[in-house]
Amino acid sequence: MWIYEKKLQYPVRVSKCDPRMARFLIEQYGGADGELSAALRYLNQRYSLPDKVIGLLTDIGTEEFAHLEMIATMVYKLTKDATPEQLEEAGLGPHYVNHDRALFYENAAGVPWTASYIQAKGDPIADLYEDIAAEEKARATYQWLIDMTDDVDLQDSLKFLREREIVHSLRFKEAVEILKEEQGKKKFF
Amino acid sequence: MLLHHTPYKTYEPFIGPFDPCPPIKVKAYSTPPNLYIQFQPPGWEQFSPAEALKRGTLWPALYSPYDPKYMLNPGGMGGKEGKR
Repeated sequence: MWIYEKKLQYPVRVSKCDPRMARFLIEQYGGADGELSAALRYLNQRYSLPDKVIGLLTDIGTEEFAHLEMIATMVYKLTKDATPEQLEEAGLGPHYVNHDRALFYENAAGVPWTASYIQAKGDPIADLYEDIAAEEKARATYQWLIDMTDDVDLQDSLKFLREREIVHSLRFKEAVEILKEEQGKKKFF
Repeated sequence: MLLHHTPYKTYEPFIGPFDPCPPIKVKAYSTPPNLYIQFQPPGWEQFSPAEALKRGTLWPALYSPYDPKYMLNPGGMGGKEGKR
């Protein structure tokens, strides 16, 4: 089970009225390398991994949900006060027709989230390598998102999220090192 | 009987002190007449055939206009009256 704390992991301040940016941010909400994919991937893979690394996936998977909330907050703030005309101007006309101003798990092109974005191969090395790759792809996505806005407050939140991807990637790599076992043990064959 | 229900309800969403865009202070949603009808009884008042074809329903009690501006107009049925 989880205990919910009703606050964001890191503050989200959006200072520029720019609904266009919401359309790009949705990539990290319901995109292939987004936070939903990350959370569901780790919290599912963990069951069939060696005991030593299950806790890591639980912790990181949980944090991904905290990131998902931050992205949702950004998107909501950028769209909640937009008129249908403004949304259309921002490229969100099709979104408005399908969802009004509701958030939806879709990527920046409007393609709905699908479980085929994630994998659970049951092989610990294969799964952890996928997780490392996912973190690096999410980091890159955050970089491109930072490039798409000049709102320094929004950039600040995005830079925090980007940094977390870097930390997570290293933790997954450490999990691989743990499973390799022989590394650094001066065990000679 | 059924016409006592308002076809829209409104609410005032939270407006943050740091929201980036000028706020929409009131939001509205539809509560069309079918919501309040469990099972349509026989013998309801009817539109004329020509009127019914135009409106899309034979019964005034089922007629539900949609006008987003009207929904948020305080003087309209969806305004103060419809607010809970």
